[in-house]
Amino acid sequence: MITSEVVKERVQIPLAVEGLSAERIAYLEGLVSQARTAAAVFSQFTQQDVDRIVKPMVLAGLEQAQHLARLAVDETRLGVMEDKVIKNMVASEFVYNYVKDKRTVGVIREIPERNLIEMAEPIGVLFSLTPITNPTSTVLFKCIMAIKTRNAVIFSPHPKAWRCCAEAVRIMYETAVHHGAPEGVFTCLESPTLPDNGYLMKHKDVGLIDATGGPGVVKAAYSSGKPALGVGAGNTPVYLEKTADVNTAVVDIIVSKTFDNGTICASEQTVVIDDEIYDLVLKKFEDLGAHICNEKETKLLERTVIDPETGFMQPMAVGQKASDIARFVGLSVKPNTKLLIAPIQGVGREHPLSVEKLFPVLAVYRAKSVAEALRVCVDVNHAGGLGHTAVVFSRNDEVIRKFGEVINAGRIIVNSPGSIGALGAVYNDLVPTFSFGCGTGGGNSTTDNVNVFHYLNIKRVARRTQNHMWFRVPNQIYFNMNAVENLRQFPSLSTIIVTSPALEQIGHVDIVRRHICPKTHVHVLVIPDAEPEVKVITQGVEALNFYKADQIIALGGGSVIDAAKIMKLKYESPEADLEYLAAPFLDLRKRVVEYPTEKVNRARFIAIPTTSGTGSEVTPFAVLTDKESGRKVTLADYSLTPDVAIVDPQFVMSMPKGLTADTGIDCLTHALEAGVSNYASSYTDSNAMQAIRLVFKYLPIAYEHPGDEEARCMMHNAACIAAMAFSNASVGVNHALAHAFGARFGVAHGRANALMLPHVIAYNAAVPTKFMPSPYTKGYTAHKKYATVADLLGLGGHTVEEKVKNLIAATEQLLDQLGFPRSIAELGISKEEFEGAVPELARIAFDDPSWRSNPRMPLMAELVELFWKAYEGRGAAKVDGAVEHTSV
Amino acid sequence: MIAVFLNVDETRVVAALREAGEKLDGTEGETVLDFSSVRRIDASAVRAIEELARVADERNVKVVLRGVNVDVYKVLKLTKLTRRFSFVD
Repeated sequence: MITSEVVKERVQIPLAVEGLSAERIAYLEGLVSQARTAAAVFSQFTQQDVDRIVKPMVLAGLEQAQHLARLAVDETRLGVMEDKVIKNMVASEFVYNYVKDKRTVGVIREIPERNLIEMAEPIGVLFSLTPITNPTSTVLFKCIMAIKTRNAVIFSPHPKAWRCCAEAVRIMYETAVHHGAPEGVFTCLESPTLPDNGYLMKHKDVGLIDATGGPGVVKAAYSSGKPALGVGAGNTPVYLEKTADVNTAVVDIIVSKTFDNGTICASEQTVVIDDEIYDLVLKKFEDLGAHICNEKETKLLERTVIDPETGFMQPMAVGQKASDIARFVGLSVKPNTKLLIAPIQGVGREHPLSVEKLFPVLAVYRAKSVAEALRVCVDVNHAGGLGHTAVVFSRNDEVIRKFGEVINAGRIIVNSPGSIGALGAVYNDLVPTFSFGCGTGGGNSTTDNVNVFHYLNIKRVARRTQNHMWFRVPNQIYFNMNAVENLRQFPSLSTIIVTSPALEQIGHVDIVRRHICPKTHVHVLVIPDAEPEVKVITQGVEALNFYKADQIIALGGGSVIDAAKIMKLKYESPEADLEYLAAPFLDLRKRVVEYPTEKVNRARFIAIPTTSGTGSEVTPFAVLTDKESGRKVTLADYSLTPDVAIVDPQFVMSMPKGLTADTGIDCLTHALEAGVSNYASSYTDSNAMQAIRLVFKYLPIAYEHPGDEEARCMMHNAACIAAMAFSNASVGVNHALAHAFGARFGVAHGRANALMLPHVIAYNAAVPTKFMPSPYTKGYTAHKKYATVADLLGLGGHTVEEKVKNLIAATEQLLDQLGFPRSIAELGISKEEFEGAVPELARIAFDDPSWRSNPRMPLMAELVELFWKAYEGRGAAKVDGAVEHTSV
Repeated sequence: MIAVFLNVDETRVVAALREAGEKLDGTEGETVLDFSSVRRIDASAVRAIEELARVADERNVKVVLRGVNVDVYKVLKLTKLTRRFSFVD
């Protein structure tokens, strides 16, 4: 150990601090400096290095256990020498058994399934206060923990236990340094005073205060502004329930309460005994050497051992023998009386013996019922024992569980002694300790048995996780001309065809009917060809119930298929609350709301699209309009995805030109947005790219030559393929803008998408003002993805920038070919009207969940800018910012 | 200009640092101490480095520590000595 003279030589920091001389400050600074150097040097040590030091320290603790116990009793006049030997041995041997195989240096834990590694960082300098009740054992315990964790410690023992603690520190220090520990790793404050403690508690180089002691010390530690482990007083309630093994319980309580004359703060304080066994228990106590106080004796006892002013125990009684206390009080007891037992009638200041008593005096309470017993235990727990320790003796698991529920204690010891049980590793598998964390109830930061891991900063090395993704689509998709014939293979007793009036009128329903499995009862439910309303859904569900449908065929555009999806949901799960299911979410995979899995009906769902755009036949989305509230409810869940999709182009051959263009561009937007989405994967990319290729090749043909079977077929497939991509990768900001704009100005969805598309490509291809956090992608790739699309389309270009520009040009050319208005202005919307609408449009677009998967996080001002670019139209789509000029 | 260049051997870090301290007297230019072969330092070495820093400050000499491994660098950081030296690889 470093002497104060040496320290004084090295440190000259004469600071004026109340109650401390300049010399004393220099001394304290020297201790800290010494410890800081030791801790710094210690940081280089390996696990093997520290383990090599710990073992001989433990052996030294065991060898010196009796010597230190004797010193402690001689100096403090508290406790029992023989018990203190046991404490010293537990502090050495039991603690060693716990720590010996623990990793406390470098990597201490690997969690490969979570891609996490935990690593240890020492704290550095610890300032440790040790108590008078368990002086040397606490020092041994803390020294072993400190070496195991590569920390240096400055000890400040209780002044009345200084000599024995200094000796314990010396033994530990010399052994540690002899086996390689850094010089100065432990120091013991000479003649410690409260100002010393205050100074060190606030010292900038002290990393942690570990205060074991009375409430004052603990409070000072926590008030210092430093991280602290402060563990102190308790008030252990014990419930001795009628099913308990009384013989074992009585012996355990005597063992615990008399151990070191009751100085362990986890020892039993008030035993609440069921009425049925009360007399038996007291008789057992008496038989085994306890004295049961009568009412008069109890009064005498409480007046003597409890301070009437503070209500706390008298220090002079702490750690004294029962017979000595009895003599002092004036009780006549048998020689060698182990324990004084005082019946009490309640808990609180009017029942002085219901508080903590660190000496062999035990209060007992007779309870008429389990409920009363638990209430009294709670009262004791709240009378100074919150967070500390409690004990229950019972064979009734329900009683034990209830006791654990209602009692706030870091350690709830079952059918074993409280004090030794709480120390851990003797009667149970608790971590061995000499410091009991009491949680917030006790003003502490932990409820743990303080151990090596509280002496470490634990660092978590979190590697990037390859989040699991999925690709979910209907398990059966039939496509190309006459694919509807596949309906035959689906047996059904009762099928409902949900469709629109127009489709029934032109004979599409009859085509479907012809191919339904024979002997099926078929019913047709005609609904308006518009976004489904609640009333329509309700009527649909009534029909499904009436006909006991086991198969639903949705024949129509996106609205009809959406309606059928919601009908099926309500048919199978009538309790489903659509408003609740439409709750917002950030990531569909982590959504809070769960869709119903228990179903009262089951029906196969077959979707047959009659437009080539929405892809609703394979998507997990459905939109419902509640006319009463004027709200739209968007539902999204893979359980909404149809079981079977039949993508038969015969149902789109008669689509008018305008609808062909609108739905075709909707399909292109789906594919382009899924392609650059933050949720894009190789699975969605392959679909997105293929859909884009098909649209650029076949949409102009389908538009110009509606009867071209191949073009219609390929566009019908493209819509379905694009939908498979965006069902899993979602869409982006283009859809958010189009939703807001389309709803406000009554513009068809595909047309609204078309107005935004070139500008959104340019926007996403530029360096984002704000990146979107995305665990699924590596780096920013949107511009490169667009370049890949340009390559796929053979648009030419040598650099990413050139390719993006060519893609924008090709998109604009396609829109021209399809006869789209190329600006919002062209729609006849005046600048003034648009200017008035834009702020609200931007707000609505920002609230739209569609952009959450967009590669670039749209700022409100950027949404406004995009709207204005769409207003200006052609030529406004320019890539701002530094897109890479390198070739790809 | 390098005035003094010393290789610091791990087995005699303290002696080497004392020697360096003595050579600081009257030198002009940098003193470079090569720590490439030092894997660890102990408390006495920390004290010797503190002393060298003190002498260098007094004599206004710049001391450069070369090849200090990160473990030793961390010790110097924890003891607040890094600000007293320059470091090169």
